[in-house]
Amino acid sequence: MGLRVGVDVGGTFTDIFLLDEGASRTYTAKVPSTPADPSEAVIAGIEKACRENSLNMADITHVMHGTTVATNAVLTGNGASVGLIVTEGYRQVLHLARGFVPGALSGWINFVKGKPMAALKHTLEVSERISARGEVIRPLDEARLRADLQRFKGSGVGSITISLMNSYVNAAHEKRVEAIVREELQDISISVSSDTLPEMQEYERAITTVANAFVKPVVSRYVSNLKTNLEARTTGEVKLSILRSDGGLATAASAADFPVNLLMSGPAGGVAGAIWVAKQAGFPNIITFDMGGTSTDVCLVEGGEAQVRRETVVHDVIVRASSVDVRTVGAGGGSIATVPELTKALRVGPQSAGAVPGPAAYDKGGTEPTVTDANVVLGYLPADARLGGDMTIRRDLAQQAVQKIADALGLTLETAAEGIVRIVNENMFGALRLVSVEQGYDPRNFSLMAFGGAGPLHANALGRLLQAWPVIVPRGPGVLCAVGDATTRLRDEAARTMIRPVEGIDLAELQGLLDELEERVRATLDVEGIAEDAQEIVYQVDLRYAGQSADITVSLPPAEFAEHGLAKASERFDHLHQQMFSFSLDKGKELVNLRVIAQGPGADVGQNTLAEGDGDPARAAVHSTRVFDSGAWHEATIYDRRKLLAGDRVNGPAIVTELDSTTLILPGSHATVDTVGNLLIRDDR
Amino acid sequence: MAKLIETNTTPWPTVDVDPVTLDVIENALQNARVQMDAILFRTAISPIIREQRDGFPVLTNREGMMLAGQFGSPVDGFVDNYDGEVSEGDVLLTNDPYACQGAISHLNDWLFCMPVFYDGRLLGWTAMFGHMSDISGMTAASMPVTSSDLLQEGIVIPPVKIVSKGELQKDLLRMAMRNTRTPDWNEADFFAILSACRTGAARLVEMADRFGPDVLCSAQDQLLKRNREAMRALIVSTMPEKKVVFEDWICDDATGHGPYKLGCEMWREGDKLIFDFSRTDPQSAGCINFLLNERMFKMFCGQFMVNVYDPQIVLNDGYIDLIDVRIPKGTLLNPIAPAALNGRTHALGRIFDIISGLFGSANPDFLVAAGFSDSPHFMYSGFNTSNDWFLLFQIGFGGIPGKPGGDGPDGHSLWPKFRNVPNEYIEAYFPIRIDRFESLIDTGGAGKHRGGNGVRTEYVFDVEGEISIHDDRWLTYPWGVKGGQPGKRSRKLLVRAGGEETILPSKIDHIFVQPGDRLIFDTWGGGGWGDPLEREIEAVAYDVEAGLVSPEGARRYGVVISEGGVVDGEATETLRAEMRRSRPQVDAFEFGPSIAELRASCFAETGLQPPVDPVPSPIATAWFSKRGEPVPMPQRLAAE
Repeated sequence: MGLRVGVDVGGTFTDIFLLDEGASRTYTAKVPSTPADPSEAVIAGIEKACRENSLNMADITHVMHGTTVATNAVLTGNGASVGLIVTEGYRQVLHLARGFVPGALSGWINFVKGKPMAALKHTLEVSERISARGEVIRPLDEARLRADLQRFKGSGVGSITISLMNSYVNAAHEKRVEAIVREELQDISISVSSDTLPEMQEYERAITTVANAFVKPVVSRYVSNLKTNLEARTTGEVKLSILRSDGGLATAASAADFPVNLLMSGPAGGVAGAIWVAKQAGFPNIITFDMGGTSTDVCLVEGGEAQVRRETVVHDVIVRASSVDVRTVGAGGGSIATVPELTKALRVGPQSAGAVPGPAAYDKGGTEPTVTDANVVLGYLPADARLGGDMTIRRDLAQQAVQKIADALGLTLETAAEGIVRIVNENMFGALRLVSVEQGYDPRNFSLMAFGGAGPLHANALGRLLQAWPVIVPRGPGVLCAVGDATTRLRDEAARTMIRPVEGIDLAELQGLLDELEERVRATLDVEGIAEDAQEIVYQVDLRYAGQSADITVSLPPAEFAEHGLAKASERFDHLHQQMFSFSLDKGKELVNLRVIAQGPGADVGQNTLAEGDGDPARAAVHSTRVFDSGAWHEATIYDRRKLLAGDRVNGPAIVTELDSTTLILPGSHATVDTVGNLLIRDDR
Repeated sequence: MAKLIETNTTPWPTVDVDPVTLDVIENALQNARVQMDAILFRTAISPIIREQRDGFPVLTNREGMMLAGQFGSPVDGFVDNYDGEVSEGDVLLTNDPYACQGAISHLNDWLFCMPVFYDGRLLGWTAMFGHMSDISGMTAASMPVTSSDLLQEGIVIPPVKIVSKGELQKDLLRMAMRNTRTPDWNEADFFAILSACRTGAARLVEMADRFGPDVLCSAQDQLLKRNREAMRALIVSTMPEKKVVFEDWICDDATGHGPYKLGCEMWREGDKLIFDFSRTDPQSAGCINFLLNERMFKMFCGQFMVNVYDPQIVLNDGYIDLIDVRIPKGTLLNPIAPAALNGRTHALGRIFDIISGLFGSANPDFLVAAGFSDSPHFMYSGFNTSNDWFLLFQIGFGGIPGKPGGDGPDGHSLWPKFRNVPNEYIEAYFPIRIDRFESLIDTGGAGKHRGGNGVRTEYVFDVEGEISIHDDRWLTYPWGVKGGQPGKRSRKLLVRAGGEETILPSKIDHIFVQPGDRLIFDTWGGGGWGDPLEREIEAVAYDVEAGLVSPEGARRYGVVISEGGVVDGEATETLRAEMRRSRPQVDAFEFGPSIAELRASCFAETGLQPPVDPVPSPIATAWFSKRGEPVPMPQRLAAE
């Protein structure tokens, strides 16, 4: 048994989580990130973790890794110059997109549309056409294509995407174009839409494939650097895997080929970590609440499985790639509070002070009142709390900033600060409802798991709004993503669109297609040396009522399919539809997509347990303080989390601090420390 | 007038609400609205709702004042026109625009309205309307351009109780579903809208649980008051007392008459803004009438103003008494029943250009160009190769106007939430192929900020069938502002399989097509904003390189593109200087040629005969005559 390493590369820190499977021990390390080449920090962090814990780097067998490299490439527009090849008549497929203008009525007045991810001048039309039934309507004009391709030479285009109409039904023309591009442009990187996303909808397929091509060189370079560096320092037998947006692990090779599946890799790590912690703590149903400086991510986990949706959103780019259903609201600790002249309404966000100039309290030049400043004014974030080590908190500056809101609203300083916190909590509450109530889940059947820099400060209040108890605050919430990376399973999926009425479907044909898909995903796991009997295979079908837009993914155990065909899955679909939308229809159903997922075995290692205390947290008390809640100041105690022991009960109002996070326990609530060190907050009543 | 049954008649007491709770409640109401939308779009089945997203939710207080929504509250009109008791668990339904003061604009829009009770007392209302794909009538999709009264346009459902004390009235539903060519779509959409209304209602009840019903009701009042104050300040500070006038046109009424004038005067008296539509032409004998709901119009005005000055303001009905809308009876915007309404989309859209024009005339901060103020419809029906009847209904997009903040996007929707339908979806489900889908080069008006290009869609028909079209702006131009030029007009060309070409009118029914026939459907461009000679040369170069503006079209910006496709800097400088010297003075609005000129050049430029002067509507003539009042006569344009 060797060492499994989880790595999370964040904007500021790179977190390392080491899992010694033999000794059943875990270790963590934190090093500054190295944005120029993030793999440097990864290596440095692993070295540090090994050095500090006297472990041998040569024993590392698996490195598992969540990365924001792909996401950042999209956000900063710093990807490949992509050439796009489309069917004649569809040159503007990305330019027109879905014609959607965000905002309310007259919202177009403020809408500024960005340029397409593949430039129009680098978009080439080919004369060809395949019908929706897969027949060739117009043959491919190969001679013209060859001539037209010459213009990409010396144009700076570093990557080619091919996305032709109806290629999800018949990919012959795309394949032929691919071959011709390879002949004409030799070793240029090529993404083909029928490989990346063999599904209906030309814009979605094109943007997804282009996004793939756009981030591909950046991700490939990164993965290969990391692999080389790792192999140089270990025995060379290390399996490198990257966490996909859907929460499964991809092999390094597959990650580099289909990096569009990594766009939510970072948040997926947090969710995966939360799932692992929740499992240790015995809470299979959780809603994650990851509140950072500028945004907050939430996700619903039922029975230890995160909800996955067939869409990934990065800023204004929406691609068709499976991702854990993390909803993001643009509100966090850095969100700025304002009172507009006209309405005198108190608004929080969407503007954020970001890292620079940051909240006023950080004394980095920020003067606008932020959520963090309100937390400081209210005493939730004590002036001696440490934020990742060296940051100081200036209470006076926070007060000055929040006073502006108080003056504008005619409120006391504290009431204004409490108002800011209540408004931002309401925004988060909206997001939490979106993943729970709106999907037909009753939040009272879930626990709220808080992490991220600001999550544990707001979690108690949100637990009350949502009535989701207990509120779980894991230990070292900063390292949660790395934990997730180390503990998830290798996973691959393959899918294809097949739109057919469920009734009267040819089950033998279906089985044939499923077998083909299964073969593909098993091959991926075979390469990683996972024995066939350790590979878990799951089928999924996306069903909908004939003609409906949104399909619902229904799992389909292979054994069930063999015995009952789609009958049981069809019943489950009705049930899910009823649950999510409060009605089902007596109407024909339609199969939309088939999918096969293969998963490898997971790491089966417990968390380090905590020594049992006597229930009294006095030993961990740092000093007393005051917090403002519901219009009054309360005496409270600050505790050092490192000194809390299992079984301790911390009565609110209280503040629990640790290196990278601060937990607020409100008056009327209390927290107990469980055997692995989680704080479990509940209301006293 | 409905009689509302409350088992508990104690009025909600007014209590203090602290300012923060007020904002929390405002956010919670907005969240509820978002959830109503989410439920609808995920469960509706018809392409028009699920893909194009033609459906709109509202939450109101107990008096029916809109707290969250976009089109104003329909509740008043509903309550006034429902004769009977309304109690807890009831849901009302209508599709009759004349029975709800135009809260919906044609029979396809089905409006649901649900009172929300708490503790036996009325707490508020939720409502939502959605576009039903077909509701019978003389053409598929139920929008016959040749209709001359409402009854030709499909089943008319007066305000009825579709759910009574929680019980769905299945007989009513059965009857409604018998009167449609698309019962499967309609039924699913019906339940989707109902489900969305119930979701909104559940949220309202939860809010009452959470904040206390007294606090919730008092907060609702305060939110309305606060919004009124904000809008009052905005009106007083930005709107002049001096009267401004703006006029625009609907090109024709599908029967060869037109253009029809929409004219409005606007001025301020104290803190009230007055809109007087007396200059608007009499109602049409055809289908292009638009029963303009006053509340909706007020909401359009409010949305426009906040989008210019403070897009974060959450609008509600609080300010509606600050706007006074006067629309004479018997005009195109206040037609006498049962005037035909299904061509209302043109006047509905053109109202946005009127608002832009009025506000822009009153205050240059508000100046934006004319844009895609319409929803061009395309319908195709028949029997597919499996011998099943099909109906394809699409709403087209076009060029967004140039505006102070930048260019108008090409081929986008002016309507919130709308999306185009993926062509692969259409090809998979309908016997049609779409051979071209792109924004049309040079159709956006030149300007410092360019107007968006219109869209060209080329449909190739696979089976024999029938098509209908609703469009406009084929005769008049989408105007530019501040020196910006008008966008290009729309056009529809039918190319038969044998090669014969016919220009189709912009509003037409019963065109029979054969396999291999091709329809080239061009929408129009947005007007330009600001002096084209001030447009950055790099921006023009980008447009040329991207194929959105031709080298020839670049000359409208005074930019010369050389043979190799790059900007000739020297020639550009010379050309711009020359154009500056020789052009006439720049006006606030650039409308293009006058109506008389447009008529004169109509056939030569468009291939269509110019419309002739409108004739009086028999419905209006009878109504006025019966009352001994003079019949308003259409303008004699020929006299120009």
